[in-house]
Amino acid sequence: MFFWSLVLIAVGIFSSFIYGRSRINLNSKKQGTKSKSLPTYYAQYVLIWCLFPALIVYFSWAIFQEQIIQNIVISNFEYIEGAVYNEGLLLAEIRNVANNPSFADGKSIEIINAAAHYSSLRQISQISFYTSIIIIMLLGALYASQKLKPEFHAQHTIEKYIQYILIFCSSVAIFTTIGIVFSLIFESLRFFAEVSIFEFLFSTEWYPFIPIREGQTAAEGSFGAVPIFAGTFLVMVVAMCVAAPLGLLTAIYLAEYASQRVRKIVKPLLEILAGIPTIVYGFFAFVSVAPFVKAFGQSIGIDASPTSALAAGMVMGVMIIPFISSLSDDVINSVPQSLREASLGIGANKAETIKKVILPAALPGIVGAFLLAISRAIGETMIVVVAAGTAPNLTGNPFENVTTVTVQIVVALIGDQEFDNPRTLSAFALGLVLFVITLFLNIIALQIVKRYRERYE
Amino acid sequence: MNNSIAKEKIVSLRKKRSLEDMRFKYYGFTAMCLSLAVLVFLLYTIFSKGYTAFQKTIVLLEVDYNQEVLKLTPDSSDEDKEKGKFFRVKKQAIENFFPDLSKSDIKLVKKLFSINVDKEIKDYFLDNPEVINTKQQIWVTAHSDVDQLLKGNSRRDVPEDRRKLNDIQLSYVDQLVEENRVKQVFNNFFFTKADSRHPEIAGVAGSFMGSLFTLFTVFILSFPIAIGASVYLEEFAPKNRITELIEVNISNLAAVPSIVFGLLGLGVLLNVFGLPRSTPLVGGSVLALMTLPTIIIACRASLKAVPPSIKEGALAVGATKTQAVFHHVVPLALPGTLTGTIIGLAQALGETAPLIMIGMIAFIPNIPTGLTEPSAALPVQIYLWVESAERGFQEKSAAAIMVILIFLFMMNAIAVFLRNRFERKW
Amino acid sequence: MSNSKILANGVDVYYGSKQALFGISMDIKEKEVTALIGPSGCGKSTFLRCINRMNDLIEICKVSGSIKVDNEEIISEKTDVVSLRSKIGMVFQKPNPFPKSIFDNVAYGPTIHGLVDSKNELEEIVHSSLKKAGLFDEVKDRLNEPGTSLSGGQQQRLCIARAIAVNPEIILMDEPCSALDPIATAIIEELIDELRLNYTIIIVTHSMQQAARVSQKTCFFHLGELIETGETNKIFTNPDNTKTQDYITGRFG
Repeated sequence: MFFWSLVLIAVGIFSSFIYGRSRINLNSKKQGTKSKSLPTYYAQYVLIWCLFPALIVYFSWAIFQEQIIQNIVISNFEYIEGAVYNEGLLLAEIRNVANNPSFADGKSIEIINAAAHYSSLRQISQISFYTSIIIIMLLGALYASQKLKPEFHAQHTIEKYIQYILIFCSSVAIFTTIGIVFSLIFESLRFFAEVSIFEFLFSTEWYPFIPIREGQTAAEGSFGAVPIFAGTFLVMVVAMCVAAPLGLLTAIYLAEYASQRVRKIVKPLLEILAGIPTIVYGFFAFVSVAPFVKAFGQSIGIDASPTSALAAGMVMGVMIIPFISSLSDDVINSVPQSLREASLGIGANKAETIKKVILPAALPGIVGAFLLAISRAIGETMIVVVAAGTAPNLTGNPFENVTTVTVQIVVALIGDQEFDNPRTLSAFALGLVLFVITLFLNIIALQIVKRYRERYE
Repeated sequence: MNNSIAKEKIVSLRKKRSLEDMRFKYYGFTAMCLSLAVLVFLLYTIFSKGYTAFQKTIVLLEVDYNQEVLKLTPDSSDEDKEKGKFFRVKKQAIENFFPDLSKSDIKLVKKLFSINVDKEIKDYFLDNPEVINTKQQIWVTAHSDVDQLLKGNSRRDVPEDRRKLNDIQLSYVDQLVEENRVKQVFNNFFFTKADSRHPEIAGVAGSFMGSLFTLFTVFILSFPIAIGASVYLEEFAPKNRITELIEVNISNLAAVPSIVFGLLGLGVLLNVFGLPRSTPLVGGSVLALMTLPTIIIACRASLKAVPPSIKEGALAVGATKTQAVFHHVVPLALPGTLTGTIIGLAQALGETAPLIMIGMIAFIPNIPTGLTEPSAALPVQIYLWVESAERGFQEKSAAAIMVILIFLFMMNAIAVFLRNRFERKW
Repeated sequence: MSNSKILANGVDVYYGSKQALFGISMDIKEKEVTALIGPSGCGKSTFLRCINRMNDLIEICKVSGSIKVDNEEIISEKTDVVSLRSKIGMVFQKPNPFPKSIFDNVAYGPTIHGLVDSKNELEEIVHSSLKKAGLFDEVKDRLNEPGTSLSGGQQQRLCIARAIAVNPEIILMDEPCSALDPIATAIIEELIDELRLNYTIIIVTHSMQQAARVSQKTCFFHLGELIETGETNKIFTNPDNTKTQDYITGRFG
């Protein structure tokens, strides 16, 4: 359906363009004056008035059609007394029957009726969709064609419209942020309506199992997120223990020691490391590093969990190395050459220059880079989903199984999502915490880096 | 006298210092090599675990296309042929696979074959209808357990109860090998089929198409919006609070964890707007919002690189600012923007977490054909296979990683090519 | 005084809080070449860019005072900058052809202003503009090659052709020869001499010899002030002001 409507819109805008062009030429000939703008601008004017209303209709149909039809079908459904219905399953069944009459065999009469209703509604919707697209395009063209007079400054108007479009494009970023904040806060509030915020932030028990159906006997869930935060922190610390020294030393070597040729080879290789999808690192952790950690633990007499913080953290560290090294590389390179020369000039060797002069000078930038890396480690998902555990565990031992914020978000949202269940909603509360922390780290880091840059510019 | 002692001290100190210098350089070098070694080891792991997935094991099966068993005649219409009782033919073929099989043995033998064998027997017949009432030797797909055993991925020296194949089945497989009734060929299924519960017939075609559709959505949404935003911020925006807010916003958005974008997709696109779950449309929209900052940053950089003299030249002949920008500056910045966009798309291709949030993790056994159809995506497919307990899926996940890495490599190559081909030095 | 083309009165220009021009008043005659000379940073380019409002591009730049072109005030909110600029062409210090074909470079102006109704007319304008800029014979066989492939002097003449193509009355030249070699410079100077018959030309130049060669009037700027203005011959032989005297004899600059 939507493909043909796109064709329809394409035809519409094409003919509106042609129409606008010939109409203005005609009008200016009639009046014997030259039009204020080039004919194409009048044509574009008609086109815009044709296209945008049509697009609005198109998208509102695309978004709301199915919803509205389903609501009508469900509200008119002849429920049988006493029977229990699952709305989602029911809808799926109705849709199946409607799309494929051969499924109708053996289905109850209500379903078949509803399916027929569904199909007829779809048909009505389609017909009215095409009619309204055509009508709205004609109306738009009609409105625009009234303005097609030589004294009308079409170019000004078009340029104004372009400005609006550009402004809209740049505000998408703002809308995104608002959308993130809105959805996180909205669902979190629903969560905190059922779970106290103090319990969430300070209690150490995380058993997010709440009876889904009434009468089901299960333990009351408890939502103390401390073990999750602790696990996240532990994995992050392990990752930074790997990434900070390796990344920083690599950056120093590349910036201060390596020859042009080595740099030219190594930098793209590090970029490859940075471009590998995180799920690949997860696979790597799962099949290579975790067994290695387990074997290593055994050899020193520690019973390591197969989903240890150590394995996940080490691989995450590897993932962050290129991030740290490229940021630190930039920072070290922006230390002015004069400082280097001053230090070398009084007879210090390279290592001394780096340790005593360059690193102290670059320190704020490096701290900023580390903060960004930490923020990234906290927000990283796939490595820990694959390689870390799902059971909360309040421990400082990296050989034990831990879980992280991102893992719990994924776990809560995989499978059935029940938006009246705190277990599902807890994902949004955790997401809010994650968002706030990473945003905070990021703002501080950017501020530090910015101030550092200003110092040497 | 004092002087010479001091000198000696300095000399020995200098030796120590230069040693220190060497050591420090060596640390840096080691760190760099370690990082690269991990890269090599990672690629090696993937290759060594994954290359076997490009082969499948097939078994020679003698099938008797008896018309009575099939309930068909040589003159049956094509429609009737579709409905032939091929499962009976298969049953017969398996019963006669080895001479004198007992009932319990037949059950064991049956488990050596893939579930897809029915279809293969049928397809063979439909392609060659003249084989009716003849016996045919057909190569059919073996069960994943056999496949894994012959590839050496599962071991035969573990106790029987921890093996997928018991001792009798092992002896059957050995017999097949001896009689040359089993061989390994190129695994076309891996590239032509979608996900499946059965490893031997699971492929990446479905998730690959899903990823393509997703990337298409990302491109359609993010490219024009990024250009619009960059042009506005770079060329038109007045220097005020709001502009500054937008800029800060973009740089912070670039650092928001991807999983949070997934929550956005779930909370807003699915729950508020009611867009269809598990579809490339939603996945692509989420990833588009996620990659937008990357592309905007690249686009602004290339807009900045266009020398102002070009714009001035256009303005001086009386072009409006809009004309000068859209006729001259934007076309010149396009290659750079495109490069940035491809890099952004490469990033989006590997993103997994947001897609899980919006339900692209569902098990989808067919190949999607549109933007609004439920589908999988390559990285999520990898995740599903990594998490799967079955041995046969592990090589699949590694092989799927190879596919995604090659895909990524090609995208980056295109980006580099574009940059080298069209980048202007002013 | 009937044929005065541009009349500036008390023009002040500020860059942020820094004042760059102090009350410049000037009267520029039609179909004459006026040279603006002075040491670097004296504000002569700034003044030139006021005349076609190119200073609008610099956000911190504020212009006050009055400039009248054909008795129409142009330092005003209401001025239609676009039509002003189509009336006043400009040639820049460094040749800045668009990275398009030679033909498209010249055709751009006429196309956006709708000066032509058909392809043939456009071709005619392009050819005649290139001829007026003295470039046609050199490029007539390769009009589709990129403008950036020409030599520096040719590029600058292409930019002149681009400016001429919109049929302006005034051409502003901002040190048009500073990036060119002596031979190319000579060709451009010759061209300026020819263009004088049809256009009012204002040229900013560093080279006093050039000013002496091509201009009828010369204005000497110093530290943002207009020190002296007059017939070129007089300025270079017998200036009234000692600063002018010092500058043209090479005592500073």
